[in-house]
Amino acid sequence: MNATIAAITFRAMLGRRRALLLLVLPLLLLTLSVGLRAADVADLEVSAGVLQQFALATLLPLLALIAGTGVIGPEIDDGQIMYVLTKPTPRHVIVFSKLAVAIALVVAFGVVPTLAAGLVLTGNTAGVTAAFTIGVLAAGIAYTSVFVALAVLSRNAVTIGLLYALVWESLLGSVAPGARSASVQQWALSVADAFTDASVVTSTVRLPVAVALLAAVTVVGALLAVMRLRRLPVTSAE
Amino acid sequence: MSVLRLENVSRWYGNVVAVNGISMTIGPGVTGLLGPNGAGKSTLIHMMGGFLAPSSGTVELDGAPVWGNPDVYRSLGLVPERETAYDFLTGWQFVHAMAKLHKLPDPAAAARRAIALVEMEHAQERAIGTYSKGMKQRIKMASALVHDPPVLLLDEPFNGMDPRQRLQLMDLIRAMAAEGRTILFSSHILEEVERLAGHIEVVVAGRHAASGDFRAIRRLMTDRPHRFLVRSSDDRRLAAAIISDGSSRGVHLTDQGLEVEAVDFQRFTWLLPRVARDAGVRLLEVSPSDESLESVFSYLVAQ
Repeated sequence: MNATIAAITFRAMLGRRRALLLLVLPLLLLTLSVGLRAADVADLEVSAGVLQQFALATLLPLLALIAGTGVIGPEIDDGQIMYVLTKPTPRHVIVFSKLAVAIALVVAFGVVPTLAAGLVLTGNTAGVTAAFTIGVLAAGIAYTSVFVALAVLSRNAVTIGLLYALVWESLLGSVAPGARSASVQQWALSVADAFTDASVVTSTVRLPVAVALLAAVTVVGALLAVMRLRRLPVTSAE
Repeated sequence: MSVLRLENVSRWYGNVVAVNGISMTIGPGVTGLLGPNGAGKSTLIHMMGGFLAPSSGTVELDGAPVWGNPDVYRSLGLVPERETAYDFLTGWQFVHAMAKLHKLPDPAAAARRAIALVEMEHAQERAIGTYSKGMKQRIKMASALVHDPPVLLLDEPFNGMDPRQRLQLMDLIRAMAAEGRTILFSSHILEEVERLAGHIEVVVAGRHAASGDFRAIRRLMTDRPHRFLVRSSDDRRLAAAIISDGSSRGVHLTDQGLEVEAVDFQRFTWLLPRVARDAGVRLLEVSPSDESLESVFSYLVAQ
């Protein structure tokens, strides 16, 4: 972790219009929750549905995509990464600093709003709110690591990330049940399931497998990013 | 005293060869890397700066490989051609952050010193986004100098600068070279390189075309047939006078005027007005018709 790199990255992330983009999704989630609660339809099933379908399946991957690619992608695209790379800083320190900032943003704009939305909807009935907060946190870390790696590996990271989130996780998951098990979302759901008695929360993946896969994806993502950054050609020519 | 050594370095992108088997040694003092746009200067500087792996060959700084070796940045400063710095930071924040990234014992003092060196104290509290091109160039320079590196690489440092800023930067580079630093800068403008560099490396179409001090390069570039377009009050008469004078190899009479191929550039420009006066012809226009740097370079490569 390098405080200087983290500070510059925070400034870059929160200074641009992207900050508004980060804010829109959690605001939608909170507005929806307040609305449902006010209309008095927020029973346990509806609440769990909102937390799973909206917070975990929609808000989180998009947020992690914006944060994960945003902390390093634009810098590589416009060549600014040069100023960080021309320092005797070990490359893993650069990646971990970027990753830490992205995770902090995901916590602030994804995990905390999930907790708040859950509390608004059901309090903590059957531990659903706590369960989803933990699930979203676990998935958030894994997603962010994947998207940071993607941003270092490809200039089309946002497109690839969107395709993964929309096509693989949502579409393929509902068509081919087998594909469902190979998804960060399902693994996170398995983690959430472990923390709640509510029968509405179920996953196709067993907990130990899910935890191992989440950890593996996170570690592999970070390692790939470090390895690629060590050999990243930076051309300012074009 | 640091030495940058390139040994048979090539770089290709797919089928396109950007840099072709270049060997050179860059020692203390100012070296100018001269070549037309697209000659491979940037690719070469990127390999010297460790941003690009050579497809073959080696680039070493004092015996250590530059590629994949972040430790070289302790003794290497690089000023990229691109304008983008962190636009949202002030000049001070930017240079100070770079000093901290270098883990210098007193980053604030180092930043102050570097900013003073490029005379940017007056604008250090302003965001870099509000700077002019020349100011950006100087603040980038300060960031590259903050750790007092013995080697400095500058990619087209004078691009977009006004004449006063140009002179200022030249003075700064000279002063730094006088301290024993190894400085390499690239340019496509012969005059810039000539005024600043004690040693010149010429790169054309990815190849190392010439090497030496500016006199040697200048001689190579001027001792070649030059083409001029001349318009006068009596082209036929002038043509006859030029041919009989002997300073030219050939004269063509065209609709636009005379096309003259001069053997000796300096002698011809000195003689032409006399020849015209003696022949009683008024000169209306004398313009070099192949003075583009590319034509000079292509002549050099053909040698």
